[in-house]
Amino acid sequence: MTTETRPPEAADSTGRGVHSPGRAAIAQRHLRLDRWWLPQVMTAAGLLLFIGYSTWRAFFGLHTSYAAPYVSPFYSPCLAANCPKMDGGADWALFGGWWSLSPALIVLIFPLGFRLTCYYYRKAYYRSFWSSPPACAVAEPHAKYSGETRFPLILQNIHRYFFYVAIPVAGILTWDAILGFRDPQGHWGHMGLGTLVLLVNVSLIWAYTASCHSCRHIVGGRLRHFSKHPVRYRMWTWVSKLNARHMQLAWASLFSVGLADLYVYLLASGAFSDPRFF
Amino acid sequence: MSYEATFRVWRGDAEGGELTDFQVEVNDGEVVLDVVHRIQATQAPDLAVRWNCKAGKCGSCSAEINGRPRLMCMTRMSTLPPGETVTITPMRTFPVLRDLVTDVGFNYQKAREIPAFIPPQGVKPGEYRMQQEDVNRSQEFRKCIECFLCQDTCHVVRDHEENKPAFAGPRFLMRMAELDMHPLDAAGDQGLDRKATAQEEHGLGYCNITKCCTEVCPEGIKITDNALIPLKERAVDRKYDPLVWLGSKISRRR
Ligand code: SF4
Ligand code: SF4
Ligand code: FES
Ligand code: FES
Repeated sequence: MTTETRPPEAADSTGRGVHSPGRAAIAQRHLRLDRWWLPQVMTAAGLLLFIGYSTWRAFFGLHTSYAAPYVSPFYSPCLAANCPKMDGGADWALFGGWWSLSPALIVLIFPLGFRLTCYYYRKAYYRSFWSSPPACAVAEPHAKYSGETRFPLILQNIHRYFFYVAIPVAGILTWDAILGFRDPQGHWGHMGLGTLVLLVNVSLIWAYTASCHSCRHIVGGRLRHFSKHPVRYRMWTWVSKLNARHMQLAWASLFSVGLADLYVYLLASGAFSDPRFF
Repeated sequence: MSYEATFRVWRGDAEGGELTDFQVEVNDGEVVLDVVHRIQATQAPDLAVRWNCKAGKCGSCSAEINGRPRLMCMTRMSTLPPGETVTITPMRTFPVLRDLVTDVGFNYQKAREIPAFIPPQGVKPGEYRMQQEDVNRSQEFRKCIECFLCQDTCHVVRDHEENKPAFAGPRFLMRMAELDMHPLDAAGDQGLDRKATAQEEHGLGYCNITKCCTEVCPEGIKITDNALIPLKERAVDRKYDPLVWLGSKISRRR
């Protein structure tokens, strides 16, 4: 395809972005007719809902965080000494007795950091909270933009370290779900609705974690010659399949973790009792 | 069956211009480019529009239809809201030449700035041998028809003219990813680290992975997931992974 090339116009303070000199003179900042704002609003609503709920639970949920044999995923592992006694659970008072705030605040930093630096959530909040961009081909309101080139956003590059931490965290939640195969007195071989809730939640957490872009890179994406690493290539292919669903898994696991916590909360506050299957 | 539609087409040049209304006939099965051609044939013979293949393969007919970057020849009239005015403008990220034609020279400039494939030592052309699984990833990127719709929609340059010198844009960052994944590229032997230069010289960090390039690509290339994010991860390997960094310090020759 042919074109002419002209020297770049000197930047002019009268117009920026789509109104820069030399570009087609169109007054509107965008000409989209569809409801381009809808995904942005829905994303913001979903994220705010979760932020509000989890903040309330993390600060004030300690006494409703355990309903034998189930522990809320927000409170596991417990690294402070002020947790309710969890029979067989991840109750390690590494922080000792001086920590008097909610123990959830210590451990939630890791999943929070994991999700905050996640490539999908970055897209979600850059678009919905920061309008950068609000939607495709809709002009953003900011005069300057440096993206992830400098502090603080350059720190998004540490995502993979949160991924490394996310694996043991998911492991502990798996153990919590296994502990759910007991009755409230601690005898094995039982199951209730709560067991199912925890199992579904931990499966979604694993699927979300395994579908991470950093995971995809580490298992095989960094290689140049797949043909020389057949096992890693196979693993990369699996992770790539999951990775294509990363957005859906991000939302599904976000809701499931909230629902699992809500379920424990309802049991612990005596709203109803856990239906037992056997 | 045919009907009358209202088309609002931007007409003008770098000095200025405006949206001009046309009443024009539309027939079943037509695409937007057919209707633009009818406007040209019947009402505005001097309407400037760039096109070649009418098959979504040459990448010439890029424009913005109802505010969305698209190929005019691949946008069926039946997919647009019936009865509503169809607005067509040139791409709004590049300097306009006339009417729907823009100067996409920015992209050629960026293409030249990416160091080309470096052939491996001791292997003559014609002797290149590669395994299919090693080129699968690059082959997705080779589907690119260079329509530059991704470059047009990317907010890094669309909304910030001043970022143009520093940012190669999705199409050319994808080219860097392609070369870095290429089984035979010998850039490393020549001391060229494509992972690090993507970030240091071609503006990879400007991309905030908001996926508009992927949304508009008419070839359906998963630019963000398969090229940009993997390239970011590769840059992390080089720059922020202490183990990899230490390894590269200890063994200077890779
Ligand atoms: S994902 Fe990156 S390159 Fe693609 S449009 Fe968004 S900011 Fe631009
Ligand atoms: S990557 Fe897609 S949108 Fe970008 S120039 Fe190539 S075909 Fe067009
Ligand atoms: S968890 Fe989303 S990319 Fe890693
Ligand atoms: S005319 Fe070739 S892509 Fe539209």
